[in-house]
Amino acid sequence: MITFEGVTKRYPDGTVAVDDLDLEVPTGAITVFVGPSGCGKTTSLRMINRMIDATSGRITLHGRDVREIDPPTLRRGIGYVIQQAGLFPHRKIVDNVATVPYLLGWSKKKARTRAMELLELVGLDPGLAGRYPFQLSGGQQQRVGVARALAADPPVLLMDEPFSAVDPIVRASLQDELLRLQSELRKTIVFVTHDIDEAVKLGDTVAVLRVGGRLAQMAGPATLLTEPADDFVREFLGRDRGIRRLSFISAKEVRLRPAPSDLATDEAGRPLGWRTGDELAAYGTFDPESDSLRAALDAALLSANGVAVAVDEDGRVRGVAGRDAIDELLAEYAPPPAPSPAPSPPPSQGSGPAEEAPA
Amino acid sequence: MNFLFGFFGDASRWSGPDGIPVRLLEHLEFSAAAFLIAALVAVPLGMLIGHTGRGALLVVVAANAARALPTLGLLVLVVLLAGVGTVLPVLIPLVVLAIPPILVNTYEGVRGVDADLRDAAYGMGLRGRQVLFRTLTPVALPLILLGLRLAAIQVVSTATVAAFVGLGGLGRFIIDGLATKTYESVIGGAVLVAGLALAVQFAFVLLDRVVVSPGVRQVR
Ligand SMILES: Nc1ncnc2c1ncn2[C@@H]1O[C@H](COP(=O)(O)OP(=O)(O)O)[C@@H](O)[C@H]1O
Ligand SMILES: [Mg+2]
Repeated sequence: MITFEGVTKRYPDGTVAVDDLDLEVPTGAITVFVGPSGCGKTTSLRMINRMIDATSGRITLHGRDVREIDPPTLRRGIGYVIQQAGLFPHRKIVDNVATVPYLLGWSKKKARTRAMELLELVGLDPGLAGRYPFQLSGGQQQRVGVARALAADPPVLLMDEPFSAVDPIVRASLQDELLRLQSELRKTIVFVTHDIDEAVKLGDTVAVLRVGGRLAQMAGPATLLTEPADDFVREFLGRDRGIRRLSFISAKEVRLRPAPSDLATDEAGRPLGWRTGDELAAYGTFDPESDSLRAALDAALLSANGVAVAVDEDGRVRGVAGRDAIDELLAEYAPPPAPSPAPSPPPSQGSGPAEEAPA
Repeated sequence: MNFLFGFFGDASRWSGPDGIPVRLLEHLEFSAAAFLIAALVAVPLGMLIGHTGRGALLVVVAANAARALPTLGLLVLVVLLAGVGTVLPVLIPLVVLAIPPILVNTYEGVRGVDADLRDAAYGMGLRGRQVLFRTLTPVALPLILLGLRLAAIQVVSTATVAAFVGLGGLGRFIIDGLATKTYESVIGGAVLVAGLALAVQFAFVLLDRVVVSPGVRQVR
């Protein structure tokens, strides 16, 4: 576990980047620091591996004050991934990944073997091992960055906007990959982003920071979406909170009924469309085992007749769910009506940036 | 052309204490000595200043001061102080000439390494010295080599002045040729110096191939 206890960072020019931050980062889970640009996310993250030292307060890692640990030693035990990957351009991919094992004095053979395992783990072709960073795409470089951070199997991983420089499609696949990795590895991950969608997608816990480095709210993504602590958080979450929250509800419980005869299927049982006269009309599918209620609703909205088609992992029809079945579940999970607001009191006034009097 | 043929075609030019091979060797000796001394001073200094950021002013001042210094003037001055016939008066101006390009390019190369990269190196747990030797220097190597190459070419060309103070080297062909109005000797000497400069250039291209990582060479 990582704890922040009254941590403040004041830069020499007087900027207070982080102000009296208290929080706990649980072990074995992804904690996301999210907030607008300049709110102190990077500063907070970098105080953990002492790339920046706090002005006051204490950060502990596994119960030890990080300030008692020699920075290079501390950093070798913490994976670190940054936005532009920061790969060493003069070293081959395999040696980039083996950076920390080399530092820890592993033999070249052992370090390289480990590096090859990691390339595979992050979904890279081992054939890339002998290339140089400039020969890789941005997304591939980011994967190498993740592999490099994991090479010595550190229990903690710090990631500073690692996916924000790649295009949206690659970003989505890198996010999925991270979730897959995490389900295997169970690292303690602190992930910084300014993208709230990324935060709710990846975070087991999301810490929303406001400018001036103050914690606005810390909660699970579903809670965050239903119960934003104050206007700042609500605004930062943006529109569609209700819909987006459905992503966190499994579609497993959607009551299915047998597929009616007007759903055309191929011989394998995969849907072809809704029969309307001679034509086949549009349909939408969801997999109750792996999809969310949001996907189920989306499938219903896509279907010409408003009925979502449930399929198994091979795409074969398992049944259908009308809007009534989806509504049932929506009602169950809908946030309680009106008078439910802010469980945590809105922090003291002042939404302005940290204009503390300079020293 | 005739001049050249007369010079290089004359068999007596190719042997004896004032033949081409001997003069060439002498020339290379002064040059190599001056170049090595300059490199041993300027490369580590440039790396250190580029890495720590301390003493950057020194680089600027040294570079400008040295550039403004006339080599020939310095030579005469040192000869006056040290006397004719020793190697020192030749070495000092050549070393002084060679230091600025090496110092400036090494410094710029190391200092100019992408801040994100430096950051990543520290973030992985490299110590200051490891960051300098394992990250900054290999990445800055193309620029460091550029500085060395510029210095080497200048030294090789300028070592001609050794002849002014009674020492050997290819400059002798030029000086003696002028004194005896043997212009084929003057031109032959000049061609040899130019050829040597080209050879140095070529040698550095090869060196670049060998010591610079393909990963860095491509990015340039
Ligand atoms: N080295 C520094 N010196 C002075 N101010 C800084 C420095 N680094 C960051 N800041 C300021 O501290 C605040 C927080 O920065 P940062 O932690 O980088 O925010 P974020 O990562 O959330 O965008 C910003 O106002 C930024 O301008
Ligand atoms: Mg940042």
